[in-house]
Amino acid sequence: MSPEKGVVLTGSHFMLGDQACAEGAIYAGCRFFAGYPITPATEIAERMAERLPPIGGQYIQMEDEIGSVAAILGASVAGVKAMTATSGPGFSLMQENLGLGFMMEVPCVVVNVQRGGPSTGLPTSVGQQDMMQARFGSHGDYAAIAYSPSSPQEAFELTVDAFNTAERLRTPVLVMMDEVVGHMRERVVIPEAGKRPLLYRRLPSVPPSQYRPYRVGEDLVPEMALAGGGYSVRMTSLTHDELGRAVTDTATQAVLLPRLLRKVSEHREVYEQYELRHAKDAEVLVVAYGITGRSALGAVELGRTRGVRVGLFRPKTVWPFPADALLRAARSVRRVVVAEVNMGQVALEVERLLAGKCTIVRVTSPGGEVLAPELILEACSPERAPKVRG
Amino acid sequence: MTRIRFAGFGGQGVVLSGFILGRAACLHAGKNAAMTQNYGPESRGGACSADVVVEDKEIAVPVFAQPDVLILLSQEAANKNASWIPGAKLVLIDEDLVHLEGEDPKILKAPFTRMATSLGRRIVANIVMLGYLTDRSKIVPATAMEEAIRDTVPPKTIDLNLKAFRAGLAVPGAG
Repeated sequence: MSPEKGVVLTGSHFMLGDQACAEGAIYAGCRFFAGYPITPATEIAERMAERLPPIGGQYIQMEDEIGSVAAILGASVAGVKAMTATSGPGFSLMQENLGLGFMMEVPCVVVNVQRGGPSTGLPTSVGQQDMMQARFGSHGDYAAIAYSPSSPQEAFELTVDAFNTAERLRTPVLVMMDEVVGHMRERVVIPEAGKRPLLYRRLPSVPPSQYRPYRVGEDLVPEMALAGGGYSVRMTSLTHDELGRAVTDTATQAVLLPRLLRKVSEHREVYEQYELRHAKDAEVLVVAYGITGRSALGAVELGRTRGVRVGLFRPKTVWPFPADALLRAARSVRRVVVAEVNMGQVALEVERLLAGKCTIVRVTSPGGEVLAPELILEACSPERAPKVRG
Repeated sequence: MTRIRFAGFGGQGVVLSGFILGRAACLHAGKNAAMTQNYGPESRGGACSADVVVEDKEIAVPVFAQPDVLILLSQEAANKNASWIPGAKLVLIDEDLVHLEGEDPKILKAPFTRMATSLGRRIVANIVMLGYLTDRSKIVPATAMEEAIRDTVPPKTIDLNLKAFRAGLAVPGAG
């Protein structure tokens, strides 16, 4: 499936991160957006409202964020690539139906342009406080996939990738932006339609009479019949068997749940992305994502001018965390600094992975502004005791 | 690298000024630019500012505290940004709207709003200011700025905006 010519806004633009995210969705073939506008994600809804109707898509302003996810799940089951976008307060409301999406295996993309919390917190200022919510926010065990762009260009690219991952693995995928990346303008280069490969869920390879909705082969991803296409589409939030029938016993659960987790963990090549800078000879490694990846790059560049052998590990996919890549990058460093605009969330994962291997220091922030490169660099010096900053 | 802050109140075209400069730098002058903005909940009248980083190489950090160039379009903006004046290399003010104590050769003044009014529309004061900024700072060439203005303003107002830009470029004094 490749987008029609004239639909994709190709070329170079000086564009907001939020708008680049919307353009990424359109590039990927998204033709349905349901949402409830909220700062700092409003410009995504605004852009989709403007862009979708003339290209045969639909924009619906929903009554709330619970309905927004319900609507995109429905659109996707009917065969249309669908997205919603929100910020922290709306993301909380979305958790219930996100779980429904994981359980029914419905491809879709949910964007969270993070601001400071908890609750309505800091509506117009930056935060990265929803990273653990992205991982564990909905109830039950599930494997979240979350991208985190550091620039408007990446907001475009990773939104395209999020759709591809969602379609390839039949699962909701999260794009965890932040207020600064969303509200920042930079050059965004959008390739010709079809230049970036696009994926679409695998449709049934058998006639309706032989179709078993949740039968899987080796890759653990079931073929997906579209609602209204002549196949029996049976989906439920309850534990279900291969036929999509609710069977709430331990044996069925013991087949379903491990498969849902393995479907993600065994396909790292589909979604795993990270960036290394100056990491080869690094004695200190800074781990940072989203807008803090930019502060961290500033810290690394500043440190290198002062003779500090510091490098950067920037996960573009924060969940599942690129664990092996971090272990390789940190093999010969003596100190790892985890910087994020929260009180220590992804730091927990890094600490778990590198426990006992090196000194791990957190640079945290209650939110509201971007971390200064100087503050991150200060944490790179060996004199500093490993402690949690307030 | 040059860090530029435009500060004024909502409705003065502060954000549009930053947008045009960033667009000129990154789409018409072969440089990189990053723009961030600050504003209150009001759409008009509240304090607002736009920060632009212009750089030949990749921009690591798109935000900053201390600007190199500070453009002050209201007294409130001047008061709010007073602490950044000593560290700035160049400060431009609308002389009819902003009063700063003392003389300093890096503080340059022109009557942007009055000049715009005499051109027929007060609303192009920010474009007059962009002309003045282009001439005094040399951050991007005037031709790149003119292209960005053409791309950005409503088609019917291109001539007026270019006239405003050139009026700002031509303000006499040290260039």
